[in-house]
Amino acid sequence: MSDWNPPVDSPEIRRLTPVIGPGHTFGSVTDKISSIVLTRPTSLGWYIGFLIAFSLMGMMTIAIGWLIIKGVGIWGINIPIGWGFAIVNFVWWIGIGHAGTLISAILFLLNQKWRTSINRFAEAMTLFAVACAGIFPLIHTGRPWMAFYMFPYPSTMGLWPQFRSPLIWDVFAVSTYGTVSLVFWFVGLIPDLATLRDRAVKKPLKIIYGMLSMGWRGSARHWHRYQSAYLLLAGLATPLVLSVHTVVSFDFAIAIVPGWHTTIFPPYFVAGAIYSGFAMVLTIAIPLRKAYGLEDFITMRHLDNMAKVMLATGLIVAYGYFFEFFLSLYSGNKFDVFLVQQRLHGPYAPFYYALILCNILTPQLLWSYKLRHNVAVLFIMSIVVNVGMWLERFVIVVISLTRDFVPSAWGRYSPTVWDWATFIGTIGMFVTLLFLFVRVLPAISIAEMRELVADTSEEKK
Amino acid sequence: MMQHRSHIYGVMGEFGTPEELLHAVEKVREAGYRRFDAFAPFPVEGLSEALGLKRNLVPAITLLGGLAGGIGGFFFQYWAMASTYPLNIGGRPLNSWPAFIPVTFELTILGASLAAVFGMLALNKLPQPNHPVFNVHRFTHASSDRFFVCIESKDRKFDLAECARLLQEVHAHHITEVALD
Repeated sequence: MSDWNPPVDSPEIRRLTPVIGPGHTFGSVTDKISSIVLTRPTSLGWYIGFLIAFSLMGMMTIAIGWLIIKGVGIWGINIPIGWGFAIVNFVWWIGIGHAGTLISAILFLLNQKWRTSINRFAEAMTLFAVACAGIFPLIHTGRPWMAFYMFPYPSTMGLWPQFRSPLIWDVFAVSTYGTVSLVFWFVGLIPDLATLRDRAVKKPLKIIYGMLSMGWRGSARHWHRYQSAYLLLAGLATPLVLSVHTVVSFDFAIAIVPGWHTTIFPPYFVAGAIYSGFAMVLTIAIPLRKAYGLEDFITMRHLDNMAKVMLATGLIVAYGYFFEFFLSLYSGNKFDVFLVQQRLHGPYAPFYYALILCNILTPQLLWSYKLRHNVAVLFIMSIVVNVGMWLERFVIVVISLTRDFVPSAWGRYSPTVWDWATFIGTIGMFVTLLFLFVRVLPAISIAEMRELVADTSEEKK
Repeated sequence: MMQHRSHIYGVMGEFGTPEELLHAVEKVREAGYRRFDAFAPFPVEGLSEALGLKRNLVPAITLLGGLAGGIGGFFFQYWAMASTYPLNIGGRPLNSWPAFIPVTFELTILGASLAAVFGMLALNKLPQPNHPVFNVHRFTHASSDRFFVCIESKDRKFDLAECARLLQEVHAHHITEVALD
């Protein structure tokens, strides 16, 4: 045994890459993470980034304000394309949110320790993505001030929403998803808010964090119930996250439009959601660990694992594209066959090819161990996948709607400047919220990191 | 002995590692104390068992919340679509139950999740911004890197000197009286 030398690059060695840098104690993880919020001066970079993001968010506010004054006519939509950017962006954002819940709930149930240092900001990302997503269905109704009609409330007219409609299912799925993500995130934050309360020096901060932590004192009896509740929430969030994009896909699949009316949509939407979500987690994690020196907590192991999840879900998505294609041809339905031709040769074919390039071809580079460990490549790749997933929704929505059954009802779609202003504005809002989050709340779960320190020190013994 | 009970909450000992804490909790329990609590900056494995905590009510409350959400959600849709606001769409059945499943499912999850969170908070009697243990100066470390055991004066066996001696025996780093206010 003694003269046996394992190959340097074996999977066994790679598995040893730690999920936390060496030499950390309960005190050091607490100090390092809480200092980002409490003692570290706000950097110039933070102000510049925040200013840019906040300006974009202001642009969104203007675009929405103009929309409310003028109506949806300022967008590029017209019959037959009633669903333009609004639905494309809605599906894109809600999909991005899915990775946060996957990391916080499903990886928790599977006892994956590497989730610990990324779950907090991934959950925050979920919340902010859902907030961005929620804007679009609201404003695309044309009369957003009537949006409460979608909720069942005892109106004097005796009206109730049509519960058989996928659009109403969507209202329930997305609002439940937003609520459950919020409480899950908040429950995870309670012990950390108590840490911030105890470490804050300034009185106002002590009071604010004290109120938010609700007087958490780390009692063993409290932890006992807390762990039960957290585990149950993880168990509940798991089917929930799978259901949300399923319901979103029903918006399409229940309609009879060619290219939408297919049973492969639910699983392929869920895989696509996780795919784009992991891409977004990487897009956020890479600058975050760099800016705040968190390389010890968000290690290469994390980035590597996320890249692998991206590769795997990307392959599921590729399988989805293939079968969508195959089933259309195999069905013999001339409208479905025509749709395939439109994707390959129609006026929007460049978008389809760009989609294949971004979502299927480029991510194959992630098979390489070297590229998975190159932070710059991962960052670019994550952006490419985000773009690709946005194109996917564009292709699904626009190609099917522009050329459906009767040539006399065909049309063209191109977004206007207001479409772009709203879309880019929501990216600004997302980044603004992330900047604020990193500044006022611990971006990594301190309590769970301490647990990880305890676990890893036990392993060493 | 009685005069101690009136003005103090209990006696608190501080520990440096989860192992020391577990050891201390086991010893305090062996000594016959029941009204005492441990405090840790993260859920320590085996602590609930060492304290003799039984199964808690959170799962039951969650189940009730889920049932209420699911059953309430389904029958609400049934009532709205089939009874109070029936729409005849091509003669299709009014109780189109498969179409009610997505909303029923979502409301089940919503009811169960909210019940889990609010049930947990209610059973823990939170929010409770103040508590006698916060009177101990070093207790701020309970949320970062120290572990504490507090024997409450309400315990029938409570005696200040006796408790302090016991905590000393299990190598508590600091032993403090916890004032009531």
